[in-house]
Amino acid sequence: MGATTTAPPAGALPPPPAPAPTPQPGRRGRGRARLARLDSTASPYLYIAPFFLLFIVTGLFPLVYTGWVALHDWDQIMGKGEFVGMENYVDVLTGRGFWKALANTVSIFVLSSVPQIMAALLIAALLDRNLRARTFWRMGVLLPYVVAPVAVALIFNNLFADRFGLINLLLETVGLDPVRWHSDRLASHVAIATMVNFRWTGYNALILLAAMQAIPRDLYEQAAIDGANAWRQFWSVTVPMLRPTIVFVVITSTIGGLQIFDEPKMYDSFGRGGADQQWQTLTIYLYELGWTRADFGMASAVAVLLFGIIVVFGVVNFLLTRRIAHDDGGRR
Amino acid sequence: MTRRTSPYLILAAATATSLVLGACGDSSDATDEEAAGSGGEVSLTVATFNEFGYEELLEEYEELNPGVTVEHVKADTADNARAALRNSLGANSGAADIEAMEVDWVTEFKQYPDKFADLSDPEVEGRWLDWKTEAVTLEDGTLMGYGTDIGPEAVCYRADLFEEAGLPTDREEVAELLGESWEDYFAAGREFVATSDAAWYDSAGALWQGMINQVDFVYEDADNNVVATTNPQVRELYDQVLAASVDDELSAGLGQWSSDWSSAFQEDEFATMLCPGWMLGVIEGNAEGVEGWDIANTFPGGGGNWGGSYLTVPAQGDNIEEATKLAAWLTAPEQQLKAFESKGTFPSQVEALGSDTLLGSTNAFFNDAPTGEILAERAEAVTMMPHKGPKYFEINTALQDAITRVDVDGTDDPDSSWDKFVAAVEALG
Repeated sequence: MGATTTAPPAGALPPPPAPAPTPQPGRRGRGRARLARLDSTASPYLYIAPFFLLFIVTGLFPLVYTGWVALHDWDQIMGKGEFVGMENYVDVLTGRGFWKALANTVSIFVLSSVPQIMAALLIAALLDRNLRARTFWRMGVLLPYVVAPVAVALIFNNLFADRFGLINLLLETVGLDPVRWHSDRLASHVAIATMVNFRWTGYNALILLAAMQAIPRDLYEQAAIDGANAWRQFWSVTVPMLRPTIVFVVITSTIGGLQIFDEPKMYDSFGRGGADQQWQTLTIYLYELGWTRADFGMASAVAVLLFGIIVVFGVVNFLLTRRIAHDDGGRR
Repeated sequence: MTRRTSPYLILAAATATSLVLGACGDSSDATDEEAAGSGGEVSLTVATFNEFGYEELLEEYEELNPGVTVEHVKADTADNARAALRNSLGANSGAADIEAMEVDWVTEFKQYPDKFADLSDPEVEGRWLDWKTEAVTLEDGTLMGYGTDIGPEAVCYRADLFEEAGLPTDREEVAELLGESWEDYFAAGREFVATSDAAWYDSAGALWQGMINQVDFVYEDADNNVVATTNPQVRELYDQVLAASVDDELSAGLGQWSSDWSSAFQEDEFATMLCPGWMLGVIEGNAEGVEGWDIANTFPGGGGNWGGSYLTVPAQGDNIEEATKLAAWLTAPEQQLKAFESKGTFPSQVEALGSDTLLGSTNAFFNDAPTGEILAERAEAVTMMPHKGPKYFEINTALQDAITRVDVDGTDDPDSSWDKFVAAVEALG
């Protein structure tokens, strides 16, 4: 998109529709008119209905059913047992496992999402410049996303192995102490967050880039004439204009980050989050309750709690990002 | 024009949708009828994991039994097979006609006897080693599965590292050095580490596996009451293995199956390993290019079995009779010997253990050791299977965690790690 291109004038509308045919007098005519009116009011809903029907079957129903399961003693194989009310929740909330898993999840989430979105924003801003071989660079940042997560985990397992891992070998050659990637709690979180960032930074960068491309270039011209340097332009033009997209990226990475499963699952060969729960996230904890211990009731209680936590985090993040981008240059 | 036709379009779309949905619902019924209707034709599915060596056997069975087609479903790991089976049992559909089960988790499926066909049959009585069959026999005599292979344990060792440390390297002398009891084995280890940079064994967790499989009642008593935290034997063995591993520095501190553990085979990290039959292939794969591995015909504390599988027939299947027939055929000595030749799965059938094919087999990687003969003798030394109740798997996992925290992670000392184990067992309820 060249710098001279301008947005279409705000007042432009699609050509007005052809005038509706005047209703014919008589019974048949009136019926047809009613049908036409019904069509124009009802059919949009019908068109989107398949999505919602599908959502009710595959999304809403399991959601509600999970809440129902959580109120029972429920074995994976034997199915429904006694109604136990809130007992599963009490067991989960008074156990040590849940809180440690929650702390791990939040820690990994913060270590991944924050640097990830910052880096994505920066990469997008760089890609937005006039680079040679633009498409090459743009596709390049998406490459990690295309690599299968299992392959990523294999590679990172070799990098982060405690004893013979590449990173520790490098640290030792420069005379530093090796990091205990699997024993130390925080170190394992950093390693897992690195895997997540490797995979998602480029993806988010492309989403932000797409939004950046839609910012009218004359805004930058005006800013430049007003004497704003590149940094000032970035903060006062780009970021405020990206607000809805940033909110979208933050919300999706919040949901994804709190549900993180693949990376911690494949971080060692057991997939249980470490002997001392070092990197056991809530989803892994849930999986262990439901599939190793066959206690679907408790697993469902964790699922419901996780749902609530994600909603809370999502709302908080939504409000935060709205405020950050609202400060200067926001239009609403 | 468009305005007028759209209501019909909507109708058409709705009809089409319902037709598609309807078709989806019907399709499964149609195939069921087909399968049942065309008499004589039976199709069976066999679900296994890792390598059972059944590929050629299943083709052979199809040739021997015209009208029977067998489909082989292979899961990559035993854990995935377990998860898939649990799901299909929970949903009461989707299980294969024959499901393979690993000895470590076959016990937890004994809680659901109604979900499996009773395979007891006078014809197969006495086919397997007693302890192999006992592990899948319920109190009322129901036989839940047919044994396939077993994992009799010997000790594998690095002759080159033994030589450097001034220890004997010959198979028989080593067997003598390693002795009969765990204390002998640890004493030999202390002698070894005094003169070598390498550790004596790979992992305390692996040793625990060997020790615990020699105890009758470990975590649960005969009535399946959990006694894991009060059973003095558990705490004694726990202290013994950790004292040897950490205080005497006999353990290399590698978590078994971790990537560090796999890499360590290429370095001179440890000199011995507890070695069930199927481990030979694992060592050979990981230690490719390393010379000096050998196998000694002994095992601390007598015999020990680690691993091995069963074939079961889920009750939800349509062809239980045919499936039972196939399972019986596959686990017959003749067939299991062919599987042994193809993938090295060590047979659990009494008759197969005495066969020349088995006894004559040697392993080039292990210095041409007569592995067939050694393992057959190790299998005879196994006299019992520990009682494993429904919570065995979970409690053992918690105890393995406790050992790992001390041996591998170093995040706890034996006492604090034990406290966490006690808390974990209490949380199991």
